[in-house]
Amino acid sequence: MKDPKLGQGGSGVPPPVTDGGGDGREDNGAPDYGARLRRARLGILLLLVTVTMLFVAFTSAYIFRQGLPVLDERTGKNISDWVQVSLPTGLLVINTLLLLVSSVTAEFARRQITQEAALAPVQSIPGILVDGERSFPWLAVTIVLGFGFLAGQWIAWRELQARGFYLATSPSSSFVYLLTAAHAIHLSGGMLALIYAGVTSVLRRPVELRRIVVDITAWYWHFMTLLWIYIFALLEFAR
Amino acid sequence: MATTATVHAHAAPQGFIRKYIFSLDHKVIGIQYYFLALVAVFVGMFLSLLMRIHLIWPTAVLPLVGEIKPETYLSLLTMHGTIMVFFVLTTAPQSGFGNYFLPIQIGAPDMAFPVLNMLSFWITFLAFVAMIAAFFVSGGAPLHGWTGYAPLSALPSAGPGEQLGADLWVISIAIFCVASLMGALNFITTLLDLRAKGMTLFRLPLTCWAWFVTAILGLLAFGVLLSAGILLLLDRNLGTSFYVPLVVVNGQVMGHKGGSPLLWQHLFWFFGHPEVYIAILPGMGVASQVLSTFARKPIFGYKAMVYAIMAIGLLGFMVWGHHMFMSGMSPYSAFAFSIMTMAIGVPSAIKTFNWLGTLHKARIRFHSPMLFAIGFVSLFVSGGLSGPFLAQPVLDIPLHDTYFVVGHFHLIMGVAAIFGIFAATYYWFPKMFGRMMNESLGRIHFWITLIGTYAIFMPMHYLGMAGHPRRYSQLTELAYLHDLIPVQQFMTYAAFITIGIQFVFVFNLFWSMFKGPKASDNPWEATTLEWTTATPPPHDNFGGHTPVVNHGPYEYSVPGAPRDYVMQTDPVTAAAH
Repeated sequence: MKDPKLGQGGSGVPPPVTDGGGDGREDNGAPDYGARLRRARLGILLLLVTVTMLFVAFTSAYIFRQGLPVLDERTGKNISDWVQVSLPTGLLVINTLLLLVSSVTAEFARRQITQEAALAPVQSIPGILVDGERSFPWLAVTIVLGFGFLAGQWIAWRELQARGFYLATSPSSSFVYLLTAAHAIHLSGGMLALIYAGVTSVLRRPVELRRIVVDITAWYWHFMTLLWIYIFALLEFAR
Repeated sequence: MATTATVHAHAAPQGFIRKYIFSLDHKVIGIQYYFLALVAVFVGMFLSLLMRIHLIWPTAVLPLVGEIKPETYLSLLTMHGTIMVFFVLTTAPQSGFGNYFLPIQIGAPDMAFPVLNMLSFWITFLAFVAMIAAFFVSGGAPLHGWTGYAPLSALPSAGPGEQLGADLWVISIAIFCVASLMGALNFITTLLDLRAKGMTLFRLPLTCWAWFVTAILGLLAFGVLLSAGILLLLDRNLGTSFYVPLVVVNGQVMGHKGGSPLLWQHLFWFFGHPEVYIAILPGMGVASQVLSTFARKPIFGYKAMVYAIMAIGLLGFMVWGHHMFMSGMSPYSAFAFSIMTMAIGVPSAIKTFNWLGTLHKARIRFHSPMLFAIGFVSLFVSGGLSGPFLAQPVLDIPLHDTYFVVGHFHLIMGVAAIFGIFAATYYWFPKMFGRMMNESLGRIHFWITLIGTYAIFMPMHYLGMAGHPRRYSQLTELAYLHDLIPVQQFMTYAAFITIGIQFVFVFNLFWSMFKGPKASDNPWEATTLEWTTATPPPHDNFGGHTPVVNHGPYEYSVPGAPRDYVMQTDPVTAAAH
């Protein structure tokens, strides 16, 4: 008989003992923050896949609708009824810059807390004092910039209304509101996560835990920035 | 070695509410999903029985619903389909059994994100409440079928059930999507990140592979359905025209213009076809697991089975157009969709061949789980064979709106998946509840259900070929269908018997839970990790230690081994010679 390791389902090679994951605890029972961070990052990556699918569906609906001919009752001919929305481009560019800057500050916040988390074990050693200087509040700046972006989007909506484009005015205006609102809702989720990270900071939760929240939210935030640039480009250029 | 308290991410809860209601334990959540699906399946079955009664006694006044008008029939049809597809076929095999057994089979103490897991269940529950509420609002439940085709679904004035009932329907589906996305994310992360030492991907039981691929399908498909639902809600309530063209209802011009009903169909079926596999793949996993265990043989072609699951998942995203041959699509597109659809026959045939290969020359133990697993294969073949017919536009166009399609999808997606659920229930019940189910009742349940489902759904193919249209509440006055009335009667009588026997199953389930003989830790002499732990499993699954895996999942009848099976955790030397 052949080696039973080669039986059905076996890979035939003894597996490396490192395969598989942990349970968020090291063997001595202490929380394994490295494993939790890895898991959280995987979770956020999968969440972003879902968000991508949502916007892929919206985009295909947008392109489908844009190219759809509509029967003109008077002439009996198929015509295109796609009316391009006149976007407040200047304002949207400012919003985009705000979001880009917020992404940079989110990255600084992420790196800052990564460093803090790395130093945490050293700080816990009695007699060792790490520079206690207050660090720059990158997280707070990101939250403020995020609010700034959302306020800017709100002003852009008001501007659209002033130009006569409401949600149901034309197919194109429906899409403008749909895409911007869907993005704003997703960004608001990121804002809540950042605020949560801020609150946990005040509550003196372990820095390793806060690091996980800030880390995955920063990645989410970068994705939201890219997503916004994509939406802006779609609305501006896919005419 | 770490203790139970330190290994597990959260301590065992004490109070009743934290233990059984808002539990973070994947096993409790799995059982919650299972019972939610059990309630849902009885609601769905009751609705189908009302329809079947109405089809042969059109003037009968029925309990709870009174006289069935054409619009009542459409409401029954819609709610039956929706409840069965979402709250039974998606909920029980994946969220129910997957939640309970995926972590244990990979050697993990829980899911990756326990809080998210609890939220997934309660959001699903909320979706179910919203769906059921549609029956009790002004106008009643919607009429637009489980596929919710626009413009009917997008216009509140299109019928009595299309008002608040249809809003609740869309909201329920959207909530369900969110819950399913959270569940899918959790399943994938758990499988990739929490496997025990030695549990390589090719040592995973095929159930885990099926749950994993199903989760990926859910992750990609439910986002699209959610987007479709959002657009539908906007059309219904905020006056947009994504799906609604210029349309006149009861002589009144609606305010919409320029939308496309086909857009809904594309978005819906981009979700809808993978949904078929979301329903059936876990059943395939369970069938593989059970066939191998009770045939006492390794599953035939393990790797081929894994690749076939992946191929089915992948191809499932490329065939949605075959639901739309009737929509006037370009013949070139139809041709492409047709070829892709028939290509799914290849991995499906590989799976069937391997199941039969597993059974070939086996010393089969015919216990209830095995009977249902064999029944699954039988139904999968019977329902699958009509697939290539419908995959061809030239045949689909005359057959599409007939009972042929109803027979096809009920056999392959509906009843086959339900047989998967039954096989899983009989197989894992001892592990879940610590007692054995009654074997005699199980066998009676199997034989009557098997014969009954064939008696209900096979004649539908015949009706379809004879040109009997589907979805109509009653056509008894049409002369050309007159000769088919006895067939409809036969199917209704078969439905009575088949539904009746399900009460025996439910009796067996609850009676065995409290009065069944105590189960040992491994009553089926199976090999996977859930059978290495206590029955029922402790809060952290493995009583304070993490298993180490040394073997593949289906090492049965290993020559030279002391027993006829080698458990995944057995030391390598135990089976060497």
